Amino acid sequence: MKKAKIHVMLKEGVLDPQGKAAHKSLESLGYKGIEGVRIGKYIEVTLADDADGDRDKLVREMCQRLLSNPVIENYEIEWEK
Amino acid sequence: MKFGIVVFPGSNCDHDCYHAVKHVLGQEAAFIWHANPDLNGCDALIVPGGFSYGDYLRAGAMAAISPALTEIKAFVKRGNPVIGICNGFQILLESGILPGAMIRNKDLRFICKDTFLRVENNNSKFTNKFNDKKLISLPIAHAEGSYYADAEELKRLEGEGRVLFRYADKEGNVSNDTNPNGSLLNIAGILNKEGNALGMMPHPERSMESIVGNEDGRLIFESMIEAVS
Repeated sequence: MKKAKIHVMLKEGVLDPQGKAAHKSLESLGYKGIEGVRIGKYIEVTLADDADGDRDKLVREMCQRLLSNPVIENYEIEWEK
Repeated sequence: MKFGIVVFPGSNCDHDCYHAVKHVLGQEAAFIWHANPDLNGCDALIVPGGFSYGDYLRAGAMAAISPALTEIKAFVKRGNPVIGICNGFQILLESGILPGAMIRNKDLRFICKDTFLRVENNNSKFTNKFNDKKLISLPIAHAEGSYYADAEELKRLEGEGRVLFRYADKEGNVSNDTNPNGSLLNIAGILNKEGNALGMMPHPERSMESIVGNEDGRLIFESMIEAVS
């Protein structure tokens, strides 16, 4: 558990004007049958080998305190070994 | 009365705020650098607009965890008035002093224009000088001014009279057509539960003198002065 790969996405129900704009643009390129486009952020946090404690808990705390805004965003963490 | 104006790296409306309260209204004013915030002697605080920390991650996110915010939270808790304008509003949201969050404007554009605001509550620390004035005009200048809160929070804000300003037309009508940025319920400014912290996207400090065409912003700072005295 060295590198945390974090996806931050706007919650369902929160307007995503970037996603909507990309959706429209894809349709104007001729792509049909798109149900929706949502745009989020991708963040990598690499922990030092000697970082103490529960690494997953630590990165979750980082997500809640800074990397995401829990009012409007959800996050998911995936670990690279 | 002494206004403290909190300055972050990237603040750019700090000098306008200083001019507004010091030179236009004749009050004491001091800049407060975010990294060593000494609020001693301040009766009220202004968190000014700009692009603190380059809007990295989310507008206001970095500023919200700076040492100044610890002091500002305590200052709010002691009941003193604090106004966050534009990026200052975003900072108050990110720090949890005010509920909700800002997302990108609905059309993705940075909007810089005059707006009409319907005054929803003229009995606050920031609107007590409005008397019967129900409509003011102030400019907005932002890309992330679309206010979001969940349904429960919105209901609470409405029920407690904490929505202070709403985007309107020149007759004071509020509708989708008068909503510049997609803000829920056309919200332009809200209060905390205790009524001593205001966040607003429009810029009162830019409408202080008739020479610039509009003095409506004065009422907000004059109300703060009234509230403190």
